[in-house]
Amino acid sequence: MFKYDAIMELVMAAEAAKENISTLVLRDHAESMGMTELEVYEKMELDYMVMRGSIEEGLKKNLKSMSGLTGGEGYLMNEYARTGKSLCGDFISKAMARSLAVAGCNAAMGRIVASPTAGSCGILPGCLISMQDEKGIPEKDIIMSMFTAGAFGIVIATRASIAGASGGCQAECGSAAAMAAAALVELMGGTPHQCADACAIAIANQLGLVCDPVAGLVEIPCIKRNAGGVVTAFSSADMALAGVAPKIPVDECLDAMSAVGDALPTALKETAGGGLAATPTGRKLQEFVFGKID
Amino acid sequence: MNVFDIIGPVMIGPSSSHTAGAVRIGRVANKLAMGKIPDRVEITLSGSFAETYKGHGTDRALLAGIMGYHSYSPEIRDAMKIADEKGMGYKFITENLKDAHPNTARIKVFFGAAESVVQGASVGGGNIIVTEINGMKVHFTGENNTLLIMHRDMPGVIANVTNLMHSKYEGLNISSFNLTREKKGGDAIMTVEVDSLPPEELIGNLCKIENVMNAILIRKL
Repeated sequence: MFKYDAIMELVMAAEAAKENISTLVLRDHAESMGMTELEVYEKMELDYMVMRGSIEEGLKKNLKSMSGLTGGEGYLMNEYARTGKSLCGDFISKAMARSLAVAGCNAAMGRIVASPTAGSCGILPGCLISMQDEKGIPEKDIIMSMFTAGAFGIVIATRASIAGASGGCQAECGSAAAMAAAALVELMGGTPHQCADACAIAIANQLGLVCDPVAGLVEIPCIKRNAGGVVTAFSSADMALAGVAPKIPVDECLDAMSAVGDALPTALKETAGGGLAATPTGRKLQEFVFGKID
Repeated sequence: MNVFDIIGPVMIGPSSSHTAGAVRIGRVANKLAMGKIPDRVEITLSGSFAETYKGHGTDRALLAGIMGYHSYSPEIRDAMKIADEKGMGYKFITENLKDAHPNTARIKVFFGAAESVVQGASVGGGNIIVTEINGMKVHFTGENNTLLIMHRDMPGVIANVTNLMHSKYEGLNISSFNLTREKKGGDAIMTVEVDSLPPEELIGNLCKIENVMNAILIRKL
């Protein structure tokens, strides 16, 4: 059984077995959970179906968050993507729209899959559902790739953190983008080592990202950071597939992320005490929702 | 930890700690009431729950949990309306409870004049710790099937309880055990977490043990 304390453990096992990381992770989970591989796969399939539902809900025009601060981001981005004029191109724009939709669905008390957290729930679906709907990758492959994403997530949680309160947003949207990047590489037929490279690049490119939610709510800037995470995931995957090496090995990147998280002041770790939350407008929005707080 | 701790849980947003965790605290009250809808509830929100409950829907989440809904139930959004329809009164109080975790809720449940209390904290990622039941300090997460056994603090009660569990229900393995008491010989509560789901009849048989006043099973949340 895997220890899930180093990404390279997974990479080396997959290379030795000449298999995808996801195949080994599924097998490992079936064994440790006392279920058949099909049962474990079907559990993941359910998560994927929920992700699809969140997109549908989040693309609705009049969606509003509980606080009233946000809403409709997915709809706007999707309409814009459909004009065909976006700078990022159809594929990326639609993926961004999907991630905004899921994050908006979350803010509106809709149903989502925390992946790894509620605040970063739009990144994995934004990437993966776009691979099926736009690029025609078979659903079975997509669901399998979620085992690679999940396994990388376990290592990240073990070696660093996936909680904004302990590691900042690099631990939430950063981790989600790194997990998605690894899954994308596998879906494109990359090697296990390239999966690790993509993860390393995504982590490195979001190192130090602070968690500074306005009014303490999972809305500003969280919703848009999900779209940012999607772009990071695709660009990291592409660099890895192109053979652009991260130079710093993936597990060392995770250790760096952990150290950076520890070094971040509390004000920048989900307390709404710093960053955007502490701006004059951020404070004004907080008062709008909660009234004056001494 | 497995991949479903990372990709999952399925939940109603927006916050795992302030929404999903709140539902789970409410669900403990629901289990305590054996799934019955109370006449009214009075909920004290403390710490960050008190400051930000409106934007996170913490109030709706707690009510939904008390009515038996799950952290993935879409009904959470309409919990207030549903409570009105079911005739459950509710009142929210914001007050900082002493020595409480930053995200703490204290739920008073009323059936007529009978009152029971659950206090719990949402400790991150939708996980909770229940810290008090009816004035008695407890400590459990709801992640396992948990037996709460109210009894008088007398010699032999623990032995009788565990003997019954072992002799009649083979395969019922205890994963965690805790006992708190008011005072020597006074009211006490055993918190026993078990790996598998015990059969319903265990509860009735536990209640037949001398000096056991009541027993409840809080199924894995």
